[in-house]
Formats: sequence, C-alpha cells, structure tokens
Amino acid sequence: MNTYWRTFKVAAWLGWEMDSNWTEPWLFVLYSVIKPVAGAFILVLMYVVFVAIGRPQGDPDAFSYMYIGNSFFIFVASVLFGTFQVIQSDREWYQTIRYVYISPISYYVYILGRAASKIAVSVFAVAITLVFGVFFLGVRMHLALSDVPLFLVTTILGLAVLLAIGICLGGISFLTAKHTHGLAEGIPGLFYVFCGVLFPLSVLPDWGQAIGRAIPLTYWFDITRRLLAPTISVNTTLGGYDEPTILLFLVISSIAFFGLSVVIYKLGEYFARKAGKIDMTTSY
Amino acid sequence: MQSPMTYAVETRDLTRIFAGKKKRRFRRKAGSNGSEDSLGPVTALDGVSLGIKEGELFGMLGPNGAGKTTLIKILATLLLPTAGQAFVAGHDVAKDPFPIRQRINMVSGGETSGYGLLTARENIWMFSQFYGVPSKVSKERIDDLMHIFGLWDKRDAKVRMLSTGQRQKMNMIRGFVTDPDILFLDEPTLGLDVNAARVIREYVMNWVRKRAGKTVLLTSHYMAEADQMCDRIAIIDKGRILACDTPANLKRMIRTETTFQLEVDTIRDTTSFVGLRGVKNFSHKDDISKNRSHLTFILEDEGPVAEILSSITSQGAKVHSLQKSEPTLEDVFISMVGRGLD
Repeated sequence: MNTYWRTFKVAAWLGWEMDSNWTEPWLFVLYSVIKPVAGAFILVLMYVVFVAIGRPQGDPDAFSYMYIGNSFFIFVASVLFGTFQVIQSDREWYQTIRYVYISPISYYVYILGRAASKIAVSVFAVAITLVFGVFFLGVRMHLALSDVPLFLVTTILGLAVLLAIGICLGGISFLTAKHTHGLAEGIPGLFYVFCGVLFPLSVLPDWGQAIGRAIPLTYWFDITRRLLAPTISVNTTLGGYDEPTILLFLVISSIAFFGLSVVIYKLGEYFARKAGKIDMTTSY
Repeated sequence: MQSPMTYAVETRDLTRIFAGKKKRRFRRKAGSNGSEDSLGPVTALDGVSLGIKEGELFGMLGPNGAGKTTLIKILATLLLPTAGQAFVAGHDVAKDPFPIRQRINMVSGGETSGYGLLTARENIWMFSQFYGVPSKVSKERIDDLMHIFGLWDKRDAKVRMLSTGQRQKMNMIRGFVTDPDILFLDEPTLGLDVNAARVIREYVMNWVRKRAGKTVLLTSHYMAEADQMCDRIAIIDKGRILACDTPANLKRMIRTETTFQLEVDTIRDTTSFVGLRGVKNFSHKDDISKNRSHLTFILEDEGPVAEILSSITSQGAKVHSLQKSEPTLEDVFISMVGRGLD
C-alpha cells in the first residue's frame, strides 16, 4: 500500500508541475480562468445563432441543459487525454518511460497519479464555467444542500469511470505510435455525441440511443443535471430511472470498467514488453 | 522463480528475436504491381549464457547492433526474451520483475531524457522517490553526486536548458542516487567530453570496488574503457558471446599471434591482404585529414610482413611507420570478430 501511495503522490506532483509550472503563477491562474470561460462562449455563440434562426424567444431549459453538459464535458476531454498521453509523452517527448517503468512502482498507479493533476485543474475549470454561467448567462442551477453528498458521490464515480476508460486507452497506447494521440481526441468526440452532453438522447435515432445507454457517462451526465438543475424539463429518455437506480448503475459500471481497464492495461503492457515497444520511440 | 546459483546476473541460452517488419512499397514502378518486402526476423541475442558475480564490474564489448542493449533491456525488465532464461538478483526477469526492480537501476548514454519543466535536482529527486529513498537522504546524495559529476552549478536549471552532456551527467546521477545493488550502464560515456568520461569511469570503478555487494554490467564499444574498468569482459557480436574472461586472459589468448600496426599513405585496395598466407585478420582505418591509412594485422608469425609491405608499396603508397605491438583488447576483438569496432 505504501508503494502505491508513494507512487501516486510523486506522480501527482509531477503531473501538477507539468500542468502548472510552464509559466508564472499569476499567468497560470489567469489562463485557468479565461480558458474555460472562453470555451463556454463558443457554446453561447452557437446557442445564440440557433435561437436567432429557429426560436427567437429562446429556450432557457435547453440552454441550461447544454451549458451544464458542456461544463462537465471538460472532465471527459481532460481526464481521457490526460491518462492517454502519459505513456505517449513519457515515451516520445521526455523519453523517460524506460526509467519510470523499471522503477519499483505500479505504473498503473503512476498513470492515475499523473491524471490526478488533470482532474484538479478540471475541477477548477468546471467550477469557473458553472459560476460564470449562473451569474452572467442566466443558467438555471440550484444544488440543494441535501443533494451535495449524492452529487459528490456521483462525481467521484463519474471520474472513476473516466479514469478507467483513460487507462484502457493508455494500455492501447503502449502499442501505438505517437500519431495515435488522435484516439484520445476522437473517443471524447463519440461521448460528446452519444452521451447527451449537448442534446438529449431523444433526438438521436434508435441505434444512437442504444449506444448512449451502453455508456455509463450518459447516466453520469443525467444524474448530475438532475442534482444541479432539478427544474429543467428536457426529455432525456432516462426519466424512467430513479436516482438510486442510476447511482447503482454508476457503481456497477465503475467497478466493471476498473476491471476492464486492468485487463486491457496488463495486456497492452505484456504485448509491448514482448514486442520491445515499451520505450520504442516513433521514428519520424 | 529463483536462480539456484549465487550470481548477481545470470543468463541461460538467452535468445531474443525481433519480428521482421513488412515494408510496403506504395509507389508502383512501371510494369510492377507493387509488393511487400519482408525484412525478416532479426536475431538480436542468440543463446547467450553468462554469469556475473556479485561485486563484479563486468563489461560487454561489441560493435553497434551486437546485442548489448537488447541484453540490458531484458535484464532491466524492459523486454521479454524470446527463449532461454535470465535471472537478476536470483529472480526470473520474465516472471518476477518487481523484486528485480527494487535492486537495479539503469543508465543509457548518449540520450537526453528528462522532464524539461523540472530542474535537474527535481528530476533526480523524483526518481529517487519512486525507489522509496527518504527525501532528506536523497537530497544529500544528489548534492554530493552533483559536486562529483560537475553539475552543481546547474542544479537549479530547468532540464530543457541543459546541454546534452549535462543531461547525461544528470542521468548518471539518477542511476546512482537510488544506490542500486546492480547497475546497468549502457554506453555511459558515449558522446561525453574526455574529462567528463574520465570522472564517470573513475566514479564507477570506485563505486564497485569500495562498496561490498555492488555489481555493474557495462556495455561499451570503447576498447580502452572496457580494458581499464572491467574485471571481466564478454566479447559479443551478432548476438553471440565469442569470449568471456579477464582482459589479461583475453589478451593472452592471442599472445601466440603477432600484431603489426602500420601507418601508410591512404590506400584504396585492401583486398590483396585477404587470403594472404599467415594473415589471421586485419583492420583498416582511414585518417582522411592526414591522408593516411592505419592498418592492424594479426599474423601467425612475422613471415607475411614482407609480402604486406610489398602489396602496399605496389599501390604507390609510402609506409610511414611499422610497429610490432603487444596485443590489446582491440587485437583480441579483431582476432575473434574479423573486423574492428570503428
């Protein structure tokens, strides 16, 4: 246990240094505030254009639905990319992977530690985006005090699922060349479409809805919206599930995805060690 | 699975074959359908059996592509063998890597690895933490080693600001800061200036000899370095161990032979030396800036010297020096491999 904790701590420190230490502290804080807000403005602009075209009176529920989904999608993009790129960056850019890999640590935990800093930065970004939305854009959000524990539990479970998916991608990246970082950008793109981030599952065709229902993140986004903005009335097709059912589903899927991530990671590591690809850099 | 012997490092019939790559020809030539060329599997290690004793400074000498780095990667648990077994500190590298990792470290020369946003000191400290070295002890060791390796002035410089040589010194410190029982050094002085290389050689020798239980496996293609540093040397070529003994014994193996070194005007044709009776082997190196060729001949006796000189002068080249020398490791290498390292 001591080895795991030590590994996690040092890896998280390394990740934080790499995420935050590239500039002066004041500039980093400024960047951390402006980046998510600027990202939100892109969404706001899209919404304004759509409203101007089709529904001049606007749809505050739809806007809040979109805004909250988009805010929490920051976690998806950041955590998936953060976990996937650990192996790639250590191998291709810093060329340190062979020394990290042969040290007496759990490399799996090392990846989790590196991703932890991404989560920390993302928590800040999500909070800034939500606060900005409530105060300046009229986003309808109200988290009841009694729902805070459930919100924290679901957020942790959602992040656990994300980390597990990220580790699966990491296991694959043991075997792939550097240009495959596109995988860590493409997979979140699929989640963006099928998990009800911007629009509810009800607008998707049946096969699209089936895909969405098979991905645990769909339920995470749904329960998060129910807790943060209970007054939104958008048909998500998941209204038939009560909150405990969705929570149970998140618990089961996070355990299942954790198991899957261990298997895929171990397989990727084994085949990379067998093929001599652990520290093989891409030669172009 | 534990090795029954007490070797620090042991390999038994260790073989590593890398699968061949398929090279696809995208450009079709006129009249051709395009095709795939199989580059074929590459045998990097071919039945290597070695035993390195605890406390030994053991050298692997061989040209590029001989299999030295592949062997170190297998022993450091980075790569699985295709066949055979390897044990480090008594543990099987394929089945039981974790206890091995607690006792080893590795440094590869000529590379520039490191996290550019961290300082040199932070980089080394971070790796020491992976090995559970107490932070205070780690910082003291880092300071000591930075003084020894001449990196003290750069201790707080970001790694991205360090030169290649400075990064190499930093990596050398990273290797020693964890105080491993077994250290793998893969071409540790490659690309370093003369002074830095000397400091590293002396430090490694002292580290092994003054501290009980420390073992070093060093690969090099610098003959003099291996000769100076190593208790025993294995000569490896094309994945096979050709000889393994102390430097003195290796040289003794060819003492019955005679080594001649000649400096002559640059000669174009060396084929006339091939097959000369009494010539066991020879190597040839050109010094273009001086318009000279340096020839080393391993001869059965002094008989062929006249014929060699005649062959050189018949090409219009002048002989500037002729020296009969005591055998060196290079002579041993040429005798066994049939060519020099350069």
